Amino acid sequence: MASSIRVRATANGDITEVQALIQHPMDTGFVKDAKGELIPAHFIQQLKFECNGKDVFVADWGTAVSKDPYVKFSFKGAKKGDDLKVSWTDNKGGSDTTTAKIS
Amino acid sequence: MTSLTGPSATRRLILQGAASVALLGLGNLPFGAAPARAAANDKYPEEAFKQKSEADAIKALYGKTAEPSDKVKLDAPEIAENGGVVPISVTTTLDKVTSISFFVAENPNALAASYRIPDGTIPGVANRLKMAKTTNVVAIVEADGKLYSATKEVKVTVGGCGG
Repeated sequence: MASSIRVRATANGDITEVQALIQHPMDTGFVKDAKGELIPAHFIQQLKFECNGKDVFVADWGTAVSKDPYVKFSFKGAKKGDDLKVSWTDNKGGSDTTTAKIS
Repeated sequence: MTSLTGPSATRRLILQGAASVALLGLGNLPFGAAPARAAANDKYPEEAFKQKSEADAIKALYGKTAEPSDKVKLDAPEIAENGGVVPISVTTTLDKVTSISFFVAENPNALAASYRIPDGTIPGVANRLKMAKTTNVVAIVEADGKLYSATKEVKVTVGGCGG
């Protein structure tokens, strides 16, 4: 199965810019489905980026993050060809991991 | 994976049984160690995400209050046509930033997202949040142990004809 995570990391000098897009419903638990039943909350709680054995960015999310979340940040200390590991876990125990090469 | 015959299904069950016995036999050490380490540093702030009001959420997350600062730049649209996807970003010129958090004042739970910024990471983040209605978006930057905030009202078009 294709990964739920799409990530692009681009090094520009010392600074690496990271953009990530994750496929996830991010249900709030407040929305009803077509039958009028509440859709239970289902959302990513933690998203982590690791590079060279170090956490470079950790996101704690609630239900107010949009469906199919997007996040962008930059960090120093990596170079082209380094691996960036991205992983998330949700409130139902689901998770996914992917590794991207910094270009 | 269309046909599973009886004998092979039985064999798989037996193997599964054997595997779980093996796991039990290994003892608790490797499983016990992982959550303890996670709790020290990477704990998900469950309580803060449950708070209804913005003030309570800030207190639960940081245990102190924030002061407004012009060094925190919050970028959000004046009007959001779709409250489900509001692009919001924050940058700051402050030093020693350790975390950045986003609050939406009148959402059912005010805390939307909290980002930890380790050493070497640029203190700035862009994301997309949901907003229930027109209200203030507050960004809080934790720098050198102090909290700084920026606030902006975003109008949400309810009913969302979108032009």
